[in-house]
Amino acid sequence: MSEIAFFGAIEIGLVYALVALGVYLSFRVLDFPDLTVDGSFPLGAAVAAALLVAGANPWLASFAAALAGAAAGLVTATLNVRFRILHLLASILTMIALFSVNLRVMGRPNVALLTQETVLTPFYGLGLPDHLVRPLVVLVIVVAVVLLLARFLASEFGLAMRATGANARMARAQGVDTDAHIYAGMALSNGLCGLAGALFAQTNGFADVTTGLGTIVVGLAAVIVGETVLPARMLVLALIGCVVGSILYRLAVQVALSADAIGLQASDLNLVTAVLVAVALILPRLKAAAGGAR
Amino acid sequence: MPITRLMCAALAVAAFAAPMAPAAYAQSQSKTVAITAIVEHPSLDAIRAGVIESLKAAGWTPGQNLKVEFQSAQGNPATAAQIARQFAGSKPDLIVPITTPSAQTVAAATKDIPVVFAAVTDPVGAQLVKSMDKPGANITGVSDMAPVAEHVALIREIVPAVKRIGVLYNPGEANSVALVSKLKEEAGKAGLAVVEATATKSADAQAAARGLVGKVEAVYVPLDNTVVSALESVIAVGQQSKLPVFSADTDSVGRGTVASIGFDYTQVGRQAGDLAARVLKGEKPGDMPAVLAKGTDLYVNPKAAAAQGVTLPDAVVKRATKVVGQ
Repeated sequence: MSEIAFFGAIEIGLVYALVALGVYLSFRVLDFPDLTVDGSFPLGAAVAAALLVAGANPWLASFAAALAGAAAGLVTATLNVRFRILHLLASILTMIALFSVNLRVMGRPNVALLTQETVLTPFYGLGLPDHLVRPLVVLVIVVAVVLLLARFLASEFGLAMRATGANARMARAQGVDTDAHIYAGMALSNGLCGLAGALFAQTNGFADVTTGLGTIVVGLAAVIVGETVLPARMLVLALIGCVVGSILYRLAVQVALSADAIGLQASDLNLVTAVLVAVALILPRLKAAAGGAR
Repeated sequence: MPITRLMCAALAVAAFAAPMAPAAYAQSQSKTVAITAIVEHPSLDAIRAGVIESLKAAGWTPGQNLKVEFQSAQGNPATAAQIARQFAGSKPDLIVPITTPSAQTVAAATKDIPVVFAAVTDPVGAQLVKSMDKPGANITGVSDMAPVAEHVALIREIVPAVKRIGVLYNPGEANSVALVSKLKEEAGKAGLAVVEATATKSADAQAAARGLVGKVEAVYVPLDNTVVSALESVIAVGQQSKLPVFSADTDSVGRGTVASIGFDYTQVGRQAGDLAARVLKGEKPGDMPAVLAKGTDLYVNPKAAAAQGVTLPDAVVKRATKVVGQ
């Protein structure tokens, strides 16, 4: 693995870490299986790209992308909470609707950002090679998000949100407005995915309607790999686990990309990735089982 | 403790992959070409086969003096981005990305390795090249924009009396807008005028087509989702008014347009392979004009032609790849 490929994997892992954090919020904290992210990720990319092409400030465009993602999360939450549609179905409805919305936002299936100014532009040419600048900038953003999120989940509102996911009935008995927490949690979760989409578009030079494909799978894989390699009771460590899981997932893909040296073909990529992630998940259990037997 | 375990894991991954770095295989005389596509499907696979065919014809044989690497992102743009960085890091002599997203990730990943793209409809709009004639930087390639010039020539051959071509499209579709401006350019070169008629929804297509009657001698339908989905209503107008309707895509010929010229994707690949061979011989991609794919598949529909008041010249029918609507 070359240096550029290695840091490329870290960079993309860090971008998807925001998705993993979002999925952690919906899936683990709120216990809400949410497929909206397959739509809110490209929505973020689309909004950021449309605004950047129109000449907006890159940070403002990224913030707007996060807000658009949050709005998508609110739609899913409304379908579920207000209209009692099953959470999976509610999120699938929002996701397929977003495909059309994203086409509208961009006006075409693909918007190029190769020559636009992005959040990264000011950091190029400061002496570091580009392939290090990108992961560093994204790292700073991810660290900030992790700290803010840890702070939020430890606040009174955040604790009530965790109670909502853990046991909604008991939370209500304690006077928690569980509906409000589902709205807030889903908005926050998809807002993070929107931000991830905006960063993906800016680090890779384009927004494309197909970018959302499989986002939820990657997010879930990152969360679960993270929990496996970093089994943690402390919340902040669990959040760091999401980040680590996301990076490890991307490194696994990178290894799979080199698998042709051992006789595998390009078309085997998804299979090899799945096997590598499965091994990462199984190994600690085997170790634990061996320890238990002793 | 978990942190150290994690670092061990990362190191193990790096160590495991290091000996596989493709650069290690590069020999002094031979060249390495890295090809990537966003997905694997027959057209894109045909392009890849065409690229390799042309390289072989130019003297680089895979397995002898040419190493071909291929990666498919299996439909996932994040994987495409990783592939682009892997190629940027392994420093092949040339990268051939197939399709727009693959080409954009490669362009974002490297500014110095030569790149020859294939199957990008609008390379200027995708910001891959500054202009088709002078791409600049490290990139050139083949655009699979519809062969509009050949379409105009075909219309003139079948309808010799043509002075004005009517074009029917949805101004809300970026792809169509690009095609129409191309059509104006090519028709202008041939001394023809272009009359536009727009339909923003399928239901308006028929009215828009009627609006062209009497103003033009032929109608051209670009690959426009709105109009193509209402194609039958346009063809009905063509039959009632003896106004021949042509399409940009060959699929529509079966539905009743007179004729069209489309791509054979292996041929698109061969064109990219020719550019690739020139790069391997030392030319700079930035100085080599990006080219439009040549249309090679001619579809004709004599029955539709008769219904719309034109006769297909024997020469056209004779060289047709496919005669439909019998």
